[in-house]
Amino acid sequence: MKLDLLTSLYVFMLAAFIGFEVIRRVSPLLHTPLMSLTNALDAIAVVGAIIMAGQYHAHRATLAKILGTIAIVAATSNIVGGFLITDRMLRMFKPSGPKKP
Amino acid sequence: MRNVLASDTFIEITYLIATALFILSLKWLSSPTTARRGVFAGELGMLLAIAGTLLHHGIVEYKWIVIGLALGAIIGVPLGEVAMTAVPQRTALSHAFGALCVTLVGTTEFYLRTPDVPRFMMGVLSLEVILGSLTFTGSLMAAGKLQEILPQRPITYKGQNIVNLGLLAIAIVVAGMLVAHPEKAQLFPLIVGIPLLFGVMMIIPIGGADMPTVISLLNSYAGLSAAAMGFVLDSKLLIIAGALDGASGLILSVNMSKAMNRSFSNVLFGAFGQEQTAVAGKQETRPVRSATPEEAAAILAAASKVVIVPGYGMAVAQAQHKVRELYDALTKRGVDVKFGIHPVAGRMPGHMNVLLAEADIPYDKLLDMDDINGDFPQTDVALVIGANDVTNPAARTDTSSPIYGMPILDVDKARTVMVIKRSMAAGFAGIDNPLYYLDKTLMLFGDAKSFVGSIVRELGGGHE
Repeated sequence: MKLDLLTSLYVFMLAAFIGFEVIRRVSPLLHTPLMSLTNALDAIAVVGAIIMAGQYHAHRATLAKILGTIAIVAATSNIVGGFLITDRMLRMFKPSGPKKP
Repeated sequence: MRNVLASDTFIEITYLIATALFILSLKWLSSPTTARRGVFAGELGMLLAIAGTLLHHGIVEYKWIVIGLALGAIIGVPLGEVAMTAVPQRTALSHAFGALCVTLVGTTEFYLRTPDVPRFMMGVLSLEVILGSLTFTGSLMAAGKLQEILPQRPITYKGQNIVNLGLLAIAIVVAGMLVAHPEKAQLFPLIVGIPLLFGVMMIIPIGGADMPTVISLLNSYAGLSAAAMGFVLDSKLLIIAGALDGASGLILSVNMSKAMNRSFSNVLFGAFGQEQTAVAGKQETRPVRSATPEEAAAILAAASKVVIVPGYGMAVAQAQHKVRELYDALTKRGVDVKFGIHPVAGRMPGHMNVLLAEADIPYDKLLDMDDINGDFPQTDVALVIGANDVTNPAARTDTSSPIYGMPILDVDKARTVMVIKRSMAAGFAGIDNPLYYLDKTLMLFGDAKSFVGSIVRELGGGHE
């Protein structure tokens, strides 16, 4: 348990550094799609909700099922909506120069 | 019973690949040429992780999972189809959904485990639900303000900051008590309920122009709460996704604060509106020079280098497409046209770029403040459309101005400045703009969309 926790903290720290380095390089041009994309990726929380809603629970099974399902709905709407709108926005960004047929 | 596919190792491997794809996704987003590949990588990673999770051997019932996924997809599609002007409120709403998911999972986890919750886990769990619930209501409030369901202007009252900080302090104290005595389950509703209230109170004093910072900050909170959830569920994938989202939100918040020369605490607790009343009393009677669309068109046609500075006013007037026609008409005459975009133009980071890209303006003509400012001294005409405070030279010179020190677009260094504006009313911050009284400045009074349309007609372009 103690060791797991420490590993998790290392993972968090390294991910935060990678995040800062990678995201610093994103052009301000794309800051809106950046936000909608990270939002969609963040909705990976759905995996926690799936396990919660689907697992066997000896106690409070109804609570887990109801809240878990609502959580799945919320996260999935972010996944679907987030990826859709990010791609829609990115498709609009075109360079200048002669248009290809 | 357990086969290879459903083994934990297999699931962990799908998570590992998903993590790599998420990082690549953000890396590819750095440039418009690779960005769409980034979205694809993100989608693939997400699909893998969800598929892996569905194979989890602990799952005994799929009915509700399938219903949840289907319902979420049904809600998600229209949220992906909103108009580009509505993207800020959509983003705020999605922060609320993300935070809702995290809060609900955290709450359930607590009730499933109580009374034996290990101390450390209780601490992280508290962080998860406190951040999650305040982000949930805070984001809903922000979305409401952006959608103009709620009043956009900041609402302040005496002692507001003390009330807000007091609420947060109580929530933290209760969380501390729970860490000390995790068996006291009756305290748990407080660390959900108080932050829910705090989220509402936090956004009440925040005005429309501060939204870019606030949305970024809420983005960061949503990410951090998801990372906390990763600690609780011991999911490295979630920790990493949350850390990436948190880092992204934090970078954007810092950018936005810098672009307004304000600190986070100033945005959250400063309520620009208070300064507004102090300055707006002063009536300005100095003369300004105004021009007609014909005159403006003649000057633009004679220029060789034009920089257009769009602000939120352009989006409100829905003038993007007329601006595109102006861009076309001038480019056809051999005029070099670029766009100078201030980081806080619009209602969220990068909003203006998306609106102009939607109007088919090539992205290499959209330049960030730092890249365009050096160009102004060689610019014949700077055309300001619906922007005000971000062009105010008082930010450079007048130490008594509330926006003193804010980085601005140096439009006053161009040979001629033209400003399209409805009237001489002050901008969002209620601050008078000395730019309008310069000899080189021409005021073009009217609605941005119809005024630009008239200029385009004079130049012999447009599709009418």
